[in-house]
Amino acid sequence: MHHAVVDRWSSGHSLLHARDGRVKVLVCLGFLAAVATTPRLTALYAAGYGLAALAAVMVARLPLGALLVRAAVVLPFSGTFALVSLLAGDSPRAVALLAKSYLSAVAVLILVGSTPLPTILRSLERLRAPRLVVLVVQFLYRYLFVISEQAQHMRLAALSRGGWRFRSAAGAIAVLFARSYARAEGVHRAMLARGFQGHLTLLAPVRADWRDGLLLAGGWALIAFLRWGLEGVWSR
Amino acid sequence: MEPLIEVRGLRFRYPDGTLALDGVDFVLRPGETVALLGPNGSGKTTFVLHLNGLLAGEGLVTVCGLPVAKPNLPAVRRKVGVVFQDADEQLFMPTVLEDVCYGPLNLGLSPEEARAAAEWALAQVGIAHARDKAPYHLSAGEKRRVALAGVLAMRPEILVLDEPGTFLDPPGRRALVEVLSGLPQAKLIVTHDVWFARALATRAVFFEQGRIVCDGLLEVVLVHYCWDLSARSGTVLDSGG
Amino acid sequence: MHIPDGFLSAPVWLSLDAAALSLVGYLARQAQRESGEAWAPRLGVLGAFVFAAQMINFPVGVGTSGHLVGSALLALVLGPAAAAVVMTAILALQALIFQDGGVLALGANVVNMALAGVLAGYLPFRWWGAGRFRQFAIFLGGFFSVLAAALLAIAELRLSGVPIPAPVLWITLGLFTVTATLEGIITVAVVRGRDRLGLGLAPQPGARYARGLAVVGLACALLAVLGGLAASRHPDVLEKLLERLGLATSRGSQ
Repeated sequence: MHHAVVDRWSSGHSLLHARDGRVKVLVCLGFLAAVATTPRLTALYAAGYGLAALAAVMVARLPLGALLVRAAVVLPFSGTFALVSLLAGDSPRAVALLAKSYLSAVAVLILVGSTPLPTILRSLERLRAPRLVVLVVQFLYRYLFVISEQAQHMRLAALSRGGWRFRSAAGAIAVLFARSYARAEGVHRAMLARGFQGHLTLLAPVRADWRDGLLLAGGWALIAFLRWGLEGVWSR
Repeated sequence: MEPLIEVRGLRFRYPDGTLALDGVDFVLRPGETVALLGPNGSGKTTFVLHLNGLLAGEGLVTVCGLPVAKPNLPAVRRKVGVVFQDADEQLFMPTVLEDVCYGPLNLGLSPEEARAAAEWALAQVGIAHARDKAPYHLSAGEKRRVALAGVLAMRPEILVLDEPGTFLDPPGRRALVEVLSGLPQAKLIVTHDVWFARALATRAVFFEQGRIVCDGLLEVVLVHYCWDLSARSGTVLDSGG
Repeated sequence: MHIPDGFLSAPVWLSLDAAALSLVGYLARQAQRESGEAWAPRLGVLGAFVFAAQMINFPVGVGTSGHLVGSALLALVLGPAAAAVVMTAILALQALIFQDGGVLALGANVVNMALAGVLAGYLPFRWWGAGRFRQFAIFLGGFFSVLAAALLAIAELRLSGVPIPAPVLWITLGLFTVTATLEGIITVAVVRGRDRLGLGLAPQPGARYARGLAVVGLACALLAVLGGLAASRHPDVLEKLLERLGLATSRGSQ
């Protein structure tokens, strides 16, 4: 894994990419909450939410097929419980589990596919998420792929010497831990060397403008309609 | 001329008891470029870590007249810019631009001033195009240059580079030499790469078991310790190497 | 074990999100007040290590392999408070980038794995780690960290009305016991590897364990109370749960 696919998606350009991260996070959360709290997820609801998501994918110019495939990683887990529900006689629940988990995964993918992770983190911090956690996630993401690659190299080296066993894995993890710890100390030294005074000054994000306001209001309005108004309109 | 760096009788013992530096004397004058040579484990990197106060040993270390001690550390770290061997450890921010801005922001510059300093530094090392990239998308040579930019943006008076040529291919090494030779700062370069040393330095010091055992012209040091593998002199390698 | 969105009912995910946010927020602010932001990069790198380690497969037999979760390992090396912060970061990234666990359900997953899991991983070592039973204490830590998280997850799903009939429940618990045992074994193996490399289990950020432990302990107690209150609004759920856990299985319906 050299880098996450979503990295490539989020470094693209589109009307959605250009919007303020905080607004996108808030609209995404609204969508997730609407889907999660929908009592009976009928085909109507699924169509409504699905079309809204599809529209977002189109505006963000994300690869639809790849996104739908990636969202499917939730299906094994939900599929298992859906099957159990079906066998237990609760078929609405089965449908709900599958549809809700899938729609939610799609929504999150749209968010991270249209917003680089550092921007998402900055937005979360502005939305009052605990700062230390945000910082830890930032550095975690920075070094995740470096360390994964090291692990892969260790595996290849072990395979070249006759095989990857339980004790290979345990040893590799211990060594990886030591190297990561040394790296952590190295990063700390590098921070001090360039004048770290105790506070990480982060560059300020772009200010929100009227377009972001429009997305926030319009997005929430649409979601509210899909959640509460659609059924009423349809049954008339 | 007042020396930029003055070290007298520096001793340092690691917590586990190893004596890493055993009485080091060293002076760096303005405009000099000095190569730090010596076998692995001889104390070169440990020595370098004392110059900006990351390690503190016994003896005297002064930078531009300031003793390297707790109250002076911010000022010292402004004057001495260290580029470490592992570029990945140095590029710890999400994007190149943010990383190069890190130093200037710590010096108290406003975000706009920091950005300007960063853009200038990135241009100096010829990597301005990568400003919005994430560090792990860069090649070893690009990472090295960004790390250097991150230090240059702080406008140090002294540049210290620890094994700058590691992992660079020949064109990468050549590019780095070009950039470095254009910089006005006095430089200390820890290196095993004789070609690199020759391209930038005329003076060298040789470390052995925690002490500087030779301090003079680069060519003299190289010959004395048979440190130049490409030399076809036919002399037998003696215990100096 | 990561619960996706769409499984939990609103009272469950809302209360767990609130609980997770306030508890982890408290721990994070504490840590920041004590040691500033200097620890963020180091915790991040170690978090990256655990994340990467979770993807390493441990061959445990013909064709099967296990994976490390790491709550116990982190708790032993960093102390429970810092470990909770790091696990939260890992879970958040897993939810965002890999769709492993939901975003609204993040609170639940944090409570299960970053709070309860970490505490359960730490306490055995804290109580019995000095002396002859050190290895076993470490094993128990790994074992209980997984089991506690699993039990909480199952309880949350049941409280939300997700059908888990008796046979499925037993199979799930059985699988989790196996995973938990594996976690214990792997945690011991990694700690032994570290010992051989000369690294100790010295917890790093000057965490005040008493306070960190008290907070997390309070958290779990709070959750037990909340769970009890919620369950009492659905006495039949609680009844059936107790029936299934206490007696031999009979009927398997809702």
